[in-house]
Amino acid sequence: MIELQRLTRAFGGRGGVRDIDLGIEDGELIAIVGPSGCGKSTLLSLIAGLDAPDSGVIRIDGRDATALEPKERGVALVFQSYALYPHLDVSRNIGFPLEIARVPKAEIAERVRQTAERLAIGHLLDRRPKQLSGGERQRVALARAIVRRPRICLFDEPLSNLDPALRAQMRVEIRALHRELGATFVWVTHDQAEAMTLAERVVVLREGRVRQLGPPREIYAHPVDTFVASFFGAPTINLLEDQTIGVRPENVTVGSGGLDRVEAHEGRVVLVEPLGAETWITIDTGKERITGRGDPDLAIGERVFARWDPATSLRFRSDGTRSDL
Amino acid sequence: MTERRAAISFVSPALLALGLVAAYPILAAIWLSLHRDILVFRDHRFIGGANWSFLLRDARFWAALGHTTYFVLVAVAFELVLGLIFALLLETKGRGRGVLRAAVLVPWAVPTVVSAKLWAWLYDPDHGLITHLLPGHDVNLLGTPLIALHAAIVVDVWKTTPFVALILLAGLQSIPDDVYRAARIDGAPPWTTFRRITLPLLLPTIAVAATFRALDAVRVFDAIFVLTDGGPANTTETLSIYAYKTMLRLGDFGYGATLSVATFMVALAIAGVGIAAQRRAAR
Amino acid sequence: MSRRLFAALAAFFCAAPFLWLVLTALRPEAELTRLGPPSHLSSTAFVRVIREQPLPRAMLNGFLVSACTTVLAIALGSLAAFSLARLRPPGRSVILAGALAVSMFPPIATVGPLYELLSRLGLLDHWAGLVLPYTTFALPLAIFLLTRAFEDIPEELFRAARVDGCSPLSALVRVHLPLAAPSIATAALLVFIAAWNELLYALTFLSTPERRTAPVAIAMLSSEHAEPWGEIAAASTLATLPLVVLALIFQRRIVSGLTAGAVKG
Repeated sequence: MIELQRLTRAFGGRGGVRDIDLGIEDGELIAIVGPSGCGKSTLLSLIAGLDAPDSGVIRIDGRDATALEPKERGVALVFQSYALYPHLDVSRNIGFPLEIARVPKAEIAERVRQTAERLAIGHLLDRRPKQLSGGERQRVALARAIVRRPRICLFDEPLSNLDPALRAQMRVEIRALHRELGATFVWVTHDQAEAMTLAERVVVLREGRVRQLGPPREIYAHPVDTFVASFFGAPTINLLEDQTIGVRPENVTVGSGGLDRVEAHEGRVVLVEPLGAETWITIDTGKERITGRGDPDLAIGERVFARWDPATSLRFRSDGTRSDL
Repeated sequence: MTERRAAISFVSPALLALGLVAAYPILAAIWLSLHRDILVFRDHRFIGGANWSFLLRDARFWAALGHTTYFVLVAVAFELVLGLIFALLLETKGRGRGVLRAAVLVPWAVPTVVSAKLWAWLYDPDHGLITHLLPGHDVNLLGTPLIALHAAIVVDVWKTTPFVALILLAGLQSIPDDVYRAARIDGAPPWTTFRRITLPLLLPTIAVAATFRALDAVRVFDAIFVLTDGGPANTTETLSIYAYKTMLRLGDFGYGATLSVATFMVALAIAGVGIAAQRRAAR
Repeated sequence: MSRRLFAALAAFFCAAPFLWLVLTALRPEAELTRLGPPSHLSSTAFVRVIREQPLPRAMLNGFLVSACTTVLAIALGSLAAFSLARLRPPGRSVILAGALAVSMFPPIATVGPLYELLSRLGLLDHWAGLVLPYTTFALPLAIFLLTRAFEDIPEELFRAARVDGCSPLSALVRVHLPLAAPSIATAALLVFIAAWNELLYALTFLSTPERRTAPVAIAMLSSEHAEPWGEIAAASTLATLPLVVLALIFQRRIVSGLTAGAVKG
């Protein structure tokens, strides 16, 4: 159980976190999401013990851990750029934390071998980091983190340097790993889709503060303000009437004709994006633009209607917060 | 946190060492300059600014300052020009580059004492090679008041041009190729390219090299000591030589300290000018 | 093609004076005053310099001083540089500016008080007594070069080492020193050469001929006889040869070390 109470770390003007109150359950996989500069990496550093807060408390399993060294907190960290030691081969990279902890050599060798096999890199133990591909390096970084059997595993955007296919594959493996190890996974990312598919709960950060906390479905269906609503979902939610009405594109149908008891707005087609399974059409009503599902044969400039069920729309106040929650 | 404690404790041994052998002596020298301290007479008393007011009236000091200034200006100017030429030559990717680079490191590797001796031998009035190559009889370069300082400048230029060349080379290599390509497309002839593109981009590096060299030249001691010992008739006496003689030949540590601190202040002034020039050049 | 000519002239300008010195050292004594090529090469000057002058002793003294200075400068310098690069102590820029200022001191300014200090410590007229004053230029040089070297190592490696359980010291020893090894070698080389060549402190703090370092021995050669040029040339050649060899072997290192920081200022 990790508890953050009124945690603040300011860096003068940019970055940092303010007044963070957060409780992370044992064994959960929680994602911390937000745009760059929102403070998510700072938060991770604070949890890891690499940085000290200006004020506030960090408790791990009930004990005050605010002043504890990283190694005393039982945390491991997987870095975005992997941070593998260039002068050590893969097996020494993985075994490094065990070496520091003065684990007997034989035991190190065995645990390294097991962990490497588990992550399918057993054949790379003699290589140096520079001889490995991006995906392989990432697995080594992962191996180094889990070889210590940590209670808490922190991830700082570890998949952002991988290509999309690899990323998708790694997500599946990470979920499997999480189930096996039973450790608490704290996953930082700027990719909202990644957070949604991976995490059990999501923390949305903006400018150093928590905007919303909850399961992915809840964040998606019941965003607490326009920021959270816009951050999640692709294509981005339609914000109409001076950002007081929000409607998700998947709930909008674009085409000719209109029905009653339905919101209908007329406009000209300006963008047609066929994506295989569905096509997103964006129209310009003169006042604003609306994106919705439509027929790929629609032509640019055609006059059509965008229709949706008003029950699916969200209402916001002028300050961005929800007015209908 | 541990890191903060480590930060301070890691840096302390070096700071203590420097404090002991550098900060303490310079402060002691400033303090000493306010005393009359002549070893032989066992005379040691506080005299306030008397040494300093004497300094301002001391013709020999002003002469030394003049010699030092002349030395710095002429030597550094030559080193920059020659160094730039060497750097341009070293920049080519020809095969001879390795040989040239090895040759260029020789003067740098040679101890200053040896380089001074070497040139003293070349200048030797009886058997020196240079003496033989010059027209006329009884040519004694090191014994002629006006020429001797220039002979010393030649030693300094020979010894340190490689260092300047290497710094300027690094500066040249950091200028991106695209700039030159753009100039070629614009049809600029080589000399113009050099004058209007290379030189301005190189200005910050030139400022750095000039500052380093000037700081070294102001403190020049080894070469002059070995070549002329400040002669003939003190015409090559620089600030460091004068201070050295005052302290270790006359035993006047008080006034010697005054001269030394004055030299340090000149160095600080040069450093200040140099840093300001670097800032301007980098804009 | 004129470029080749210039390059040849430049190489000649640099190497020829030294080669002339070596040639002079190899001349038979009778032909010292002649300018043409010698009839044969003679090692008399070398033999004399080794047997009658304390040059080998001076070179040994110089080697001891330089080696100790190098070890001390690298040890203290690495610690300080690591702190400045990664641990960010308070007053970091003041410390760096201070180290730079110290290296600008005219050595003549510190000679008096240092003389007294060494006298009190009983280290006058001994090679070990030179090591301390030499740190005035050796430490700033080492700190300057090594701080850059440590800064070039990605910060994430330090954080990874900390998370893996390293204390700052063991992070330095296990991760940063191995990775900075080339730069450390360069710094050691530059410090060694600077210490070997130093004249003023060695001249002032050493008095007995047997205690001298090589530069002092060479400087003092002439004031005893009437310019024994053959021996001066031989002594100079011997004292310089190790350095020239080191410089030629480690050309690339030296060039990168000397130019580090010049471009970025």
